[in-house]
Amino acid sequence: MTECVDLSVELAGVRLKNPVVVASGTFGFGREYGQLYALSELGGICCKGLTLHPREGNPPPRIAETPMGILNSVGLQNPGVDTFIARELPELRRHDLAVIANISGNTPEEYGVICGKLSEAGVDLIEVNISCPNVKAGGLAYGTKPELAAEVTEVAKRHASVPVMVKLSPNVTDITEIAKAVEGAGADALSLINTLRGMRIDVNTRRPILHMNTGGLSGPAVLPVAVRMVWEVAGAVKIPILGMGGVAKGEDAAQLMLAGASAVAVGTACFDDPFVPLKVRDGLTEIAAAQGLARISDLTGGVKPW
Amino acid sequence: MPVQAVCTVAEAVRLNEFAYSFTLEAPALAAAISGPGQFVHIKCGHSRLLRRPISICDWDGETLRIVFEVRGEGTAWLARRSAGDRLDVLGPLGQGFRMARGEKLLLVGGGIGVPPMLGCAKYAGGSASAVLGFRAADRAMLLEAFEENCKAVSLCSDDGTLGVKGFVDALVCEWLEKEKDFTSVLACGPRPMLRAVARAAARYGVPCQVSMEERMACGVGACLGCAIQMADGTIKHVCKDGPVFAAEEVDWND
Ligand SMILES: Cc1cc2nc3c(=O)[nH]c(=O)nc-3n(C[C@H](O)[C@H](O)[C@H](O)COP(=O)(O)OP(=O)(O)OC[C@H]3O[C@@H](n4cnc5c(N)ncnc54)[C@H](O)[C@@H]3O)c2cc1C
Ligand SMILES: Cc1cc2nc3c(=O)[nH]c(=O)nc-3n(C[C@H](O)[C@H](O)[C@H](O)COP(=O)(O)O)c2cc1C
Ligand code: FES
Repeated sequence: MTECVDLSVELAGVRLKNPVVVASGTFGFGREYGQLYALSELGGICCKGLTLHPREGNPPPRIAETPMGILNSVGLQNPGVDTFIARELPELRRHDLAVIANISGNTPEEYGVICGKLSEAGVDLIEVNISCPNVKAGGLAYGTKPELAAEVTEVAKRHASVPVMVKLSPNVTDITEIAKAVEGAGADALSLINTLRGMRIDVNTRRPILHMNTGGLSGPAVLPVAVRMVWEVAGAVKIPILGMGGVAKGEDAAQLMLAGASAVAVGTACFDDPFVPLKVRDGLTEIAAAQGLARISDLTGGVKPW
Repeated sequence: MPVQAVCTVAEAVRLNEFAYSFTLEAPALAAAISGPGQFVHIKCGHSRLLRRPISICDWDGETLRIVFEVRGEGTAWLARRSAGDRLDVLGPLGQGFRMARGEKLLLVGGGIGVPPMLGCAKYAGGSASAVLGFRAADRAMLLEAFEENCKAVSLCSDDGTLGVKGFVDALVCEWLEKEKDFTSVLACGPRPMLRAVARAAARYGVPCQVSMEERMACGVGACLGCAIQMADGTIKHVCKDGPVFAAEEVDWND
């Protein structure tokens, strides 16, 4: 019965053979988990966040476990966009999945330059991260101010010849404000949520576990926040949404899709079980089949609010 | 190439008041081990999102052995498992010690860093000597196994209840002073101990490898969580580039 469900979805004009992609920063460039299963099982991969120049990231410790979640302060460690294009992209291209490049810049101009390079190199979609809470310059500031978010989006759009998806921060009072500003500036899609700012303290040493003191919270703990925000944003904009935050099983993904997401990303749950993306895909298919849906995309926006 | 497998605990024994030894039926994992010093990433119950990294102490064609102490909730959960229980294990992971059979090695283990050195001793095939340090005699473990698999074993403890009183680096210096033809010093233990051993080896001009720890998420190199500062200013990752590093590569400043 599950064979009857059409799993393909469209995200900003990009066709994904199934709606499950892996979230930026949790799956590297696919090489490591690609040793455990074929990357072509995935709908797509959001690559680790890229910057114009290589970055070393933040000092360790960078990871702290929390109730049903983790805090991270990796801080955009990456080899730089040029190395990605030279070494990682050709490798990813050997597999049948959508390649989504995730980018961060210190200035709107930097976002533009990176978009230009990636468009020329031929990624399927660019995910513009305006919301990483671990970087002092730029980053979060763009994600929390509608005018700045719009400016970055506009510059990115001007330099990109592939669709641009803007990734929103949940660390704001009203996420729909930012979403509308970004849509107005020409974004082709939105992805949400990035991590929520959090902190954990070792009560014996009285030191925060993370060297940066605070970090970004992800994992099952944030799922309800993600569902709520996707629902709010879906009601405020017309462009498609890649939903993420805490997805660990098919039902979680179905919630995000019902709330309005066209596709979902799995991140932190991979650390618990690398096979979660495939299990989410299969679980989602079962739910759709049990509900007699012909297409997985029929779930999108299907919530019936009270 | 790592494997994810559900492994049955074939044997669970307590080595002392603090340490547990588990033998896991894990043919697929054991077959993929490239040498001593690699680790496995173990799921410790459903309420904890992150797996716990534990070094491989010993292995054969069918099984692998881990030895661990209870440090927090995850290892406490693990300690409550018994023979017949099943564990979700990802591994073998990381780069182990670079060594060859028959080499004249000086193995140095401190506390819960002792178990992985047993794998080195066996792999060397009896050609290694070992320096083992514990906090006190009641923490000692695996001594007979080391005696069986090493040319010589010297012991020390912080409080003098086992072997000589003092730290392993003093014994390392004694050995390196006495015998000049060690090809390498291999060490696992707490960071201050590793730093002291690295200094001692450097003083005698003997190459030294150390097994490092850092908090991990993925364990495979995908999340960049387990960063470690290198002496040349770059960052490496304990799970993928390590856990074993050449001592001179590591930035020892705190
Ligand atoms: C490569 C490697 C090999 C190891 N081998 C062994 C071994 O053979 N035997 C053994 O007893 N211990 C070993 N450890 C240490 C062991 O991983 C920790 O004691 C364990 O993770 C603690 O988990 P917990 O839930 O009991 O403690 P908690 O403090 O509750 O753990 C909270 C979080 O911090 C992490 N954490 C805490 N202490 C450490 C640590 N020292 N290193 C890395 N992460 C830590 C945990 O994994 C968890 O994510 C090794 C660590 C590494 C990195
Ligand atoms: C270790 C780690 C690194 C991350 N790095 C990035 C990044 O580089 N760029 C980005 O946009 N999001 C990054 N994220 C956020 C995730 O892509 C995702 O938005 C968030 O973790 C919520 O999903 P999850 O709960 O499924 O992990 C990172 C998350 C984690 C846990
Ligand atoms: S723990 Fe993820 S890179 Fe090492």
